[in-house]
Order: sequence, then C-alpha cells, then structure tokens
Amino acid sequence: MATIEKAAVFEAPGRTGSPVELKERYENFIGGHWVAPIEGRYSENLSPVTGKPFTEVPLSTPEDIELALDAAYAAKDEWAETSLAERSKVLNRIADVIEENLEMLAVAESWENGKPVRETLAADIPLAADHFRYFASVIRAEEGGISEIDKDTYAYHFREPLGVVGQIIPFNFPLLMAAWKLAPALATGNCVVLKPASPTPWSILKFAELIEEIVPQGVINIVNGPGAEIGKALASNKRIAKIAFTGETVTGRLIMQYAAQNIIPSTTELGGKSPNVFFADVMAEDDEFLDKAVEGLVLYAFNKGEVCTCPSRALIQESIYDEFMKRCLARIEQIRQGNPLDPATMIGPQVSAAQLEKIENYVKIGLEEGAELLIGGKRAHFDGELEEGYFFEPTVFKGDNGMRIFQEEIFGPVLAVTTFKTEEEALAIANDTMYGLGAGVWTRDTSRAFRMARGIKAGRVWTNCYHLYPAHAAFGGYKVSGVGRENHKMMLDHYTQTKCMLVSYDPKPLGLF
Amino acid sequence: MSSNVTEQVVATDAATAVIRNLTVTFGPLMLFQSGGCCDGSSPICLREGELLIGAEDLLLGEVVGVPFYIDREQFERWNRPRLVLDVSPGPAEGFSLEGLAGVHFTVSSGTSC
Repeated sequence: MATIEKAAVFEAPGRTGSPVELKERYENFIGGHWVAPIEGRYSENLSPVTGKPFTEVPLSTPEDIELALDAAYAAKDEWAETSLAERSKVLNRIADVIEENLEMLAVAESWENGKPVRETLAADIPLAADHFRYFASVIRAEEGGISEIDKDTYAYHFREPLGVVGQIIPFNFPLLMAAWKLAPALATGNCVVLKPASPTPWSILKFAELIEEIVPQGVINIVNGPGAEIGKALASNKRIAKIAFTGETVTGRLIMQYAAQNIIPSTTELGGKSPNVFFADVMAEDDEFLDKAVEGLVLYAFNKGEVCTCPSRALIQESIYDEFMKRCLARIEQIRQGNPLDPATMIGPQVSAAQLEKIENYVKIGLEEGAELLIGGKRAHFDGELEEGYFFEPTVFKGDNGMRIFQEEIFGPVLAVTTFKTEEEALAIANDTMYGLGAGVWTRDTSRAFRMARGIKAGRVWTNCYHLYPAHAAFGGYKVSGVGRENHKMMLDHYTQTKCMLVSYDPKPLGLF
Repeated sequence: MSSNVTEQVVATDAATAVIRNLTVTFGPLMLFQSGGCCDGSSPICLREGELLIGAEDLLLGEVVGVPFYIDREQFERWNRPRLVLDVSPGPAEGFSLEGLAGVHFTVSSGTSC
C-alpha cells in the first residue's frame, strides 16, 4: 500500500481536477435513454462526507416502473435470442469499460457512499469488473443435457431465460451489488429493471453513462425513487419473472410474499451477525499469520461496518484474550478516519444520518446492558467541509452473547467481543444467532478449522481470512439471512427456467385409445 | 411522551403526529420491527394487512391504534425491551411508508419488562 498512501487526495465530483463529471440533475435510464420521471419530481442526493446535496435524482412513481418494464419487454425477445458469444462479448465490454474508468467510478462511489477510495480502487470497482468477466466466461461453458429414457425416447434439457427480472440493490456496495445481480441476469439472457437504494441512487447512473453504447437498449433499466412506492411497484408487478433483493428482514418477507402472490421465484439476502472466532494457537508464534489474524479482527471496520457479513462478533479464546486484544486495540487506534477521497483514509462516514443515529442508539443500548466500552463509542468530528459528515469512531465493546449488541446487525463500525474456553463453546456461541450469512475461523490447526467451518450454520465461513469476495465462491445465507446464492455460476439456475423437450422417435402408437 | 401507551410500545408525540398523518393519507396501518441488513433495526410502516402475520409474530401493542409487531425470537433475543417509537428527519430507506413524507421511524429501548 506504500505507493497508494503517497497518492494525492481526489477532488470531489464536479470540481476542477475531479475524475468525475457531475450534472445538476440526473434522469431514469430507460430503454437506453435518459427519461425524466413522469411526475417531474426529483430529490436531492446528499454526500455523507459533507451532509450536503450534490446532485438531484428522480423521485419516480409506479408509472415510471411501468415505462421501464415496457422498455424491458420490448428488448427481451431479441436479447434472449442473442447468441451466447455475443452476450458474453457485451459482458466483457462492460468489464473493460469499468476498468478503463476505475478512478472515475471509485471516486463517484466513495463520494456518494462514504467508503474510502482505497477500498473502491482496490476492491469494489475491480471486483465489479471481474464479476462481469466471470459470468461472460461461465455462460460460454454451459451445456444442456440429453437424458435417454429408452432407445426411442429422449429428454432434452434446455435452459431458457426467465424474461424480465426485478432487482433491488442495497446502499452499502451500490456498484458491486448491482454487478453481482446484473451479470448473471444478463449472461442468461434476461432484461432487468433495477431499483438502486434510496441513499445511493447516483453512482450507478455514472455506470449507466458508460454502458449506454455497449448494452442493447432496454436490457438494463434503472429507476430511482422511494422504496414504499417504486420498490413495491416493481417487486409486486405481474410483469416480472423473478425478484432479487438485498436488505432488511421485513422487506425481505414482503418480497417473498409478493413473489408468492405472482408465483415467481425470489432470492433474498437479508444480513447477518457474523461471528469471527480466534483460537489460542493464533498466538503460538509472533509471525505474519498472527498479524493477519489481528487485521482479521479489525476488518469489522471495513466499509465502516456497513457490510452484511461484517464480522461484528469476535469470539476470542480466553487464554489469549488480554494479549490478543491489546494488539487489536493498538491496530484500531491506528485507523485513519476522514475524507474518503484521501487514499490514506481507512474509514469514511456512515452512509446517512439515519445510520449514524442508529449506531449511537446501539452504543447506548450496549452501555445500558453493561457491556464494557474498550474504544470509540462516539461520533467523530472533523473541521471544514467534513464538519457535518456522518462520522463514527471505530468502537469495541466487551460483553456476552446474550446482549442485544451481539444479536442485532448494527451496520456500523461497532464490534462486540466475548471469550470462550473450549471449541465446543465457541461453536455454540457462533451459532447462537438468528442469522447465518458469514463467519470467520482463525486457527493454525487445520482439523479444527475444518470442524468449525462445517459446524457453523452460515453460508460462508472464511477460514484464516475474512472479507474476500471473489467470483466463483458462493455467497448467501442460512437461517433468516435469506434464500439463494450469489457470486457463483450456480446463479445461472436462479435466472433460468428448465425446458424439457421429451421426444419419441418411435413411430408406433401407445395403443391405449 | 404521549399517553399512547399500550403494553410494550410507546410513541413520542412526534411519532404519533406522523402516524396520524399517514393514516389520513393511506388508511389503516401496521408497524413491524425489522432486523438484519442495511436499515434493519427500523420499524417498517405498511398499509394494514400488507404483510401477512404469521404464527411466530408477536403483537407487542398498539400505537395510536396501529398494531406493532415483532418476530417472537427477535423479541426474545433483544431481551424483551420496551420500545419507544420516534421519528427523525431524512427518508426511510426501505418500503416503509413514512419515507414518502421525508422522515423515518426509529425505535429506542426503554427498560425491559
């Protein structure tokens, strides 16, 4: 990271020297065109860095969703019949244009969401590009099946696109989560109507500007506006063939309910309260691996804790607690907080004032429950332009797993730490949660790592690592963390129908009638 | 604090006023405490009957005549708090109706019962 740390601070979008051009107002992206919302209403889009508006986006209504569906319907037959080679080429060109515009997209994403550019430059944007490449590749290697029923009868299995699908994107990784959902949908020949999260409606419009000439008109349509109106209008619409959602549990239930009413499939990713388990043997040596484990704990502050898989519960074996925690707290003290456009910044502001309030509320709950505050616990203040930004100090509580701060997803840089004596106890605490999205296990003993990873009821168990999100590694929830998987070619199943063509080559009648 | 106290949920005067306004616009309402990702700790305000209530959902009380539900296991894991419904500026992030009025509901905890 040495060269990155010396790099200059990026200018905010729209300012002289910024890699991001900025318009005063943006429209919906429908049918390959920029379309004003029918009612002509817009909302201000705030940057969490300053707490001030920097552009306007549509405040759309259900009629705008219908326009987007019209455009998707107009495009769907041609896109479904486009050859796999051609569809794959389109996905690869999307990946190319993302990479060619790495700094522009990274700065746009950081300014809108608050995440530091050292993350968007190194992770969000390159991973988004790679995701399109991955699905461009795997779709080329897909094959149908031929099943021999008897010597004259054969079942041919084809995968066919669903048609037009709806996708609702969260605010924490606006571009990467869009890429996770768009790439498999497009690869399999579907058209998409996508609703970005209300706090982060804009960076994906910068992405749309880049792909205007690459993606056929109507294949990707983006409509911004309030979830209560257009989220519902999309998710409950008779014209979608599938709905994909990432967000909280009540809306997740609504999504599945709307899908049931229309008898369509849904996939949901609804968050977690991920345990990160550190066994005593991580301190058997004072080496690179120990250093990696310490960083592994501090990763709770990645993306200011606004990650569904935030390792927000650290379980540390009692015998190493004091020494291990001392090292971790020393590392947490070194976290540089501030302007996310400074490549040296490690943690930026929370995405919205609402998130900031929620975090403060949970800190209060933690203190009331008797948890011990080890570091942080309050808003961070900066002078000048950042004065009204939504900054919160990286925070650590020590307590026990029965406390509410160990049970509910705070979605901020707040870690709840507890200790365990035995492997059995560690597993019990790890699983004592409603959620099951992510988990981490740190040990030098590979047998124990395997037992723990198989024992934890979560869709992803990072073992001697954390927060890696490569394409080709399945991601999704157990328990109330949702239904379905992303990030892997098994998603091709989520975005296709199976057609069975059952053929008889026998000229003889059945003889029944 | 208003006098709209039923069992384990109370509402501030500001939240009460917002609920009254929403009732005028949308008719009968329901509130359901969410969990999980993103704005997961928020109570979600919907038209009455929008979310199908299941056997494992708990009716915690009523706020200005609006039923307030929570998942039973979630309520236990939260250690049965007494919830205070409040409202803050800035739109709700999910499907919650008050977002259309540019505000969002919050809950904070009173003492557990």
